[in-house]
Formats: sequence, structure tokens, C-alpha cells
Amino acid sequence: MISIDLIQKTAETLMDKAAVEIPDDYLQGLKAAAKTEDGDLSSFVLEAMLQNYEAAKQDNRAMCGDTGTPRWYVKMGNETQIEGGPIALEAALRRATANRTTGLPLRPNRVHPLWRTDHDNNVGIGAPEIEYGYEPGGEWIDLITVHKGGLFGTDYRMLFPSDGIQGIKRFYLDSLVAFGKRGLACQPAIIGIGLGGCKDTCMVLGKRAACLRTVGSKNSDPRIAELEDELKELGNSIGMGAMGFVGKNMVIDCNIEVGYCHTGGMQMSVHAFCLSSRRAVARVFADGRVEYRTDPDWFTDYQRRETVDWIPEPTPQEVTA
Amino acid sequence: MKPREITLSTTPTPEEIAQLRLGDIVYLDGLMYTAREGVYMRALEDKANIPMELPSESAANFHCSPAAAIRPDGSFDLGAVTATASFRFAKWLPEWMAKTGAKLIVGKGGMSSKDYKEYFVPNGAVYLSTVGYGTGALLGRGVEKVEAVHWNHELGLAQAMWVIRCRKMGPFIVASDLEGNCLFERENEKISQNLAKVYAGTKPAVLKRFGETDDRSDELIG
Repeated sequence: MISIDLIQKTAETLMDKAAVEIPDDYLQGLKAAAKTEDGDLSSFVLEAMLQNYEAAKQDNRAMCGDTGTPRWYVKMGNETQIEGGPIALEAALRRATANRTTGLPLRPNRVHPLWRTDHDNNVGIGAPEIEYGYEPGGEWIDLITVHKGGLFGTDYRMLFPSDGIQGIKRFYLDSLVAFGKRGLACQPAIIGIGLGGCKDTCMVLGKRAACLRTVGSKNSDPRIAELEDELKELGNSIGMGAMGFVGKNMVIDCNIEVGYCHTGGMQMSVHAFCLSSRRAVARVFADGRVEYRTDPDWFTDYQRRETVDWIPEPTPQEVTA
Repeated sequence: MKPREITLSTTPTPEEIAQLRLGDIVYLDGLMYTAREGVYMRALEDKANIPMELPSESAANFHCSPAAAIRPDGSFDLGAVTATASFRFAKWLPEWMAKTGAKLIVGKGGMSSKDYKEYFVPNGAVYLSTVGYGTGALLGRGVEKVEAVHWNHELGLAQAMWVIRCRKMGPFIVASDLEGNCLFERENEKISQNLAKVYAGTKPAVLKRFGETDDRSDELIG
């Protein structure tokens, strides 16, 4: 049984970490980009961002004034039990979101879409989002918070098999150019691409590819991993950099996730994370241990499973052996 | 070449504004206030009295909501500060500038050169862009003090009018000048020349969408 107080305390720490500390994988990616950047203005911007991460950490203040729309991804091992059950868990995550919005402070971004009512704490109808995943075995809970910006850099299009890879490239470039102009996408960023699923799952896959995979990670399908590299290079050949100024760096990494889709379609979504790439993760164990990290490690083999049951059928070689 | 750095008052003289060039880096001293859709609607559409003496107290309008809170004792806690995209406020800005004498519009992404020529230049005003986007911690360090928060009960913390005292607050980038030139359009023009090459081999989607443009040199704001 995992203590609900420990879950809330850990969630509060994660809220602060996400807002204040730049994840190391992204930081290293941005430093590498800054080295190659030769546009005067783009270089100035990247250097300023690197100073900004230091300032945020030294002062314990948010990296960016727009602290996004905090949300939670929760993953549990199959044997996990939570004190008070899932209702208590959701209440704890909502409370942690509200407490640290006023505590750090974060910007209270969340308002009612029509009445613009602001509770000043980032909690409201459907906010924060809480999404779940499960893993075979184990008694632990992973708490992952992501504070992605909410306005620019995301698009969806229904493509078809006849559009092919060239159609994918076209829509990818369209999204980067359109949202990259004037720097609306807060690039260079991790770009997530969702392919397939239905419209909603396609958006979910792309967002998770941007927010729950790290710089340098690869899709487990080697041909998709190749496409990730190709699209990263393509994005960085646009000639656009930070803030939409002339430059070489638009994409710190490109991550693709896929889901099975309707036989007639090839749904595609593009999501740009941002220069602050706010994500923080902790695993809480039943014995009270808490391990903090920055890699959500969301896309395990289990999450990408293809077969009916998780235990895959033995391969023909194994059968004959 | 390193950009030129300039320290500027938030109540600048016409001469100080005239010396600014596209791409200059600016740091601000003095009072600056945040105003975005909430403040514009309340002041211009609901005709509420603006609770500051403008422009004598400040001629700098920041398109911003800070990451900030008001403590139970009434004190302010302000952490990071970054701008929000300005193009969405073009509807209100001409009247706002006429009413308040704002000379520095500070935000994200700039406006179009058409906006600059139509109402920035006649008002002797220029646009300053934040950097990044997202040097929120650096800008937060430039806030010496929160002097006041107006209309937070009516508009909520994010849309309220925050009055902040800046001390060498920056960096900002000069994104328009008194001729109405636009830094972002200048950059977009250069980038557009390369786009045909990048798109080579791709093909338009088989199913079109309403309002779609295939001219990638188009400006999409406005």
C-alpha cells in the first residue's frame, strides 16, 4: 500500500522541479545546438536561454513566466495499491497542482473556456488532466508531471496511404514553418509526431512522443527510428532557428509514436514541446522510497505491445529449438 | 557580430526611441504595466477608469501574465515573467495607444509591418520582443518590486494589471523601428528563399483543407 501523503508530497516536489529545472537530456541537446548555431540573433537567443536555466535554478523560480498547463501521467505496476484508492490519488494530484501553483508561484493559466473564470490555482473542470498507464508486475507508482505550453506548435491532419512518406514530410514542414515563424512554437524544441490511431489517439501519441520521450531516445522499430533521424535533419535544414530568426536549429530531437489505424487512413499529428521542456518524474514505492528522475520511460515494450496477450507467442526458432 | 546593447527608460524620449535599430538588445528601467485582452476589454469596452497615470508613470505596456501570487498579507510574490503573443491584441492596440500614450509595446512575436505603419509610427512607438521565448527567470530578476496589482478581483491573476518596477530588466529585442520596419518579416523573407529547396520532393495532401495556403512566404498573423 502506497501512502497518499507521500504521493502528494512527492507530487508537490515534482511540480517545482518541472517548472524550475531543465531536464539534462534537453539541456545537453540545446548546448550542442548552440555550438552549431551561426545566426547572430539565433545564437544570442540560445545563449540567453542557457543563462536563463542557471538563473531559474539559482533563484528557485520558474524558467518561463508562462508555466503552461500542468498535467499528470500516472503509471503503476500491476500489484500497486494506493491508500484511499484512485479517488484519493486524483484528489492528491489536484491538491498538489493547486498548492504549488500558488506556492512557487506558477502562473494560474487555467480558466473556463467561455466564462474565463480563474480559480488562480490551475485546477478546474478537467484540469489538470490525469492519464494512466500500467506495467506488468511490481508495486510502485510513477508520477510524471508535464507543464507543456498551451497555444502554438500543434496540428493534426488526416492523411491517406496515397500521401505516403512525402505527404508526412510535407505536413511536418508545414507545421514547423507555420508555428516557427516569429518563434511562436518556442523552438528549438523536441518535436513529437503521432501517426495512426484515431484522431484523438493520434493527438495523444504525438503529445506523448514530444513530452514523454527524451532527447536521444529512439523508437524501438528501426525503420521508424530512421525516419525520426531523417525528420530531425529535415527540420534543421529549413534555415530557421530560435524565435523564427535565420538559423540552423529548429528541432532538438524528433520522436515518432504510432498506433494501428483505419485501413483507409494515415492520421498525423505534430507537437512542439518548448525551450523549457518542463517534465519531472518520480517513482514511489510501497516501502516509502522515492526515486526522482527526468526520463518518464513511458514507451516500454508493454506500452507498444502488438499482440492480444502480453506474453508474446514464441518465435518459430524457439519452437523448433 | 554581437548585437548592440542599450538601456532604456520605460518613459523614453522621442530621441531615445529614434536611436533604436532592429535587432538591438534593450534593458528597461522604470515602471512597466501588464495589459492584455482582459485589461483592454475592461478599459476600452467597459470604459472602466484606468487606475494609473499614463503615460507619465509608464509608457511601456507588457503583453504578459507573470508567474505570481498575492499572499494572504497582501504582499506579492513574483517569480518568472514572460510575454504572450501580441498579434491577438491588434484589435485593441490602436485605441489603447491613443488613450494611454504607450511608446513601448513589449511582447512575443511582434506585429505586422502594417500594424507598425498604421498606428505605431504615428504614435512614435516601437515594439520590443522578449527573448527565447522564455527567459522568464532572467526577466524576473529584473523586477525590483511589484508596485501594485489592479483588477485582480475582476480579471483573475493572469489577466490583472501588474505594475512592476524594472531595474535593468531584459533582454528584449527591438522588433520594429520608426519607419515601421518589422524584424520578423525581414527574417521570414530570408528564410522563405530557401523553402522551395526544403520542400522539394514533397507533395500536397490528397485531401485539401479550407483556407489552406501553399505560399510559405505568407505571414500568418493578422
